[in-house]
Amino acid sequence: MLDLDAGAYAPYLWPAFAITGLVLGWMILDSLLAARSARKAARARGLEDDWS
Amino acid sequence: MVSFLTNPRAFMAFSRIAAPVLGVATTIAMLWGLWLGFTAPEDYQQGDAIRILFIHVPAAWVAMFAYLCLGVASLLNLVFRQALADLAARACAPLGAGFTALALVTGSFWGRPTWGTWWEWDGRMTSVLVLFLLWLAYIALRASIDDEARAARAGAILALVGLVNLPVIHFSVYWWNSLHQGSSTFAADKGDGLPAVYMTPLILMGLAYMGLFGALWLTRIRTEVRRRRLRAAALRDAED
Repeated sequence: MLDLDAGAYAPYLWPAFAITGLVLGWMILDSLLAARSARKAARARGLEDDWS
Repeated sequence: MVSFLTNPRAFMAFSRIAAPVLGVATTIAMLWGLWLGFTAPEDYQQGDAIRILFIHVPAAWVAMFAYLCLGVASLLNLVFRQALADLAARACAPLGAGFTALALVTGSFWGRPTWGTWWEWDGRMTSVLVLFLLWLAYIALRASIDDEARAARAGAILALVGLVNLPVIHFSVYWWNSLHQGSSTFAADKGDGLPAVYMTPLILMGLAYMGLFGALWLTRIRTEVRRRRLRAAALRDAED
């Protein structure tokens, strides 16, 4: 059964998971936004055609 | 294999498929691992703090694996002058720094309730901190040199020197007295290994973290390839 009641360990468990979520989220977002921006710029210069 | 490493076109075709496939596999493994992790019983000694295992250990695995990738990419660039390998090394650094920071921070949150301290200057923790500083030094060194070829060479040398830290991290718990436990997974002595109820979600989370690193690394290398092409085009325009 799902156990989300960490009891006395909650002040350690949830911040560890929250920080992990934030850092992984930042890495995903940063990678995807940078990729989108570079793809747009490359398309605007006509550099994407030969990779499709 | 060699043409894949030297040919940006082949890499772009491969990574275009591989990155999203890895992303989907990562999502499935992570959701499954988290479910099993939060349905596993509390540990009889550590209580619910045991669940930090499922985010701390995979972060530490990927932190070391990412540095190994940086070392291999740096070697390929330094010895064989592979431009794509340099882009791979450069793309790897922010991810490696992120996963190493996670290993340090989540370890600290696990250490406080189990050891009674947030930090201890012992071999394992100090060597992982050195790994984090190596990532920062690599990023700072590359950013501080304008000439790309020189920045790549200097970064590659630093990365290769830093490889010596990986065995130190791995063996630190055996070489020196440490609060940190020895291996309880694949290299564990008989009887010291994790029970299946914790091992299964740990392996799933490990696969998820590896998959995430792979997907993001490929995505970032693709971005670096495009940026380099854009710079080259801008230089050609300036010369015309």
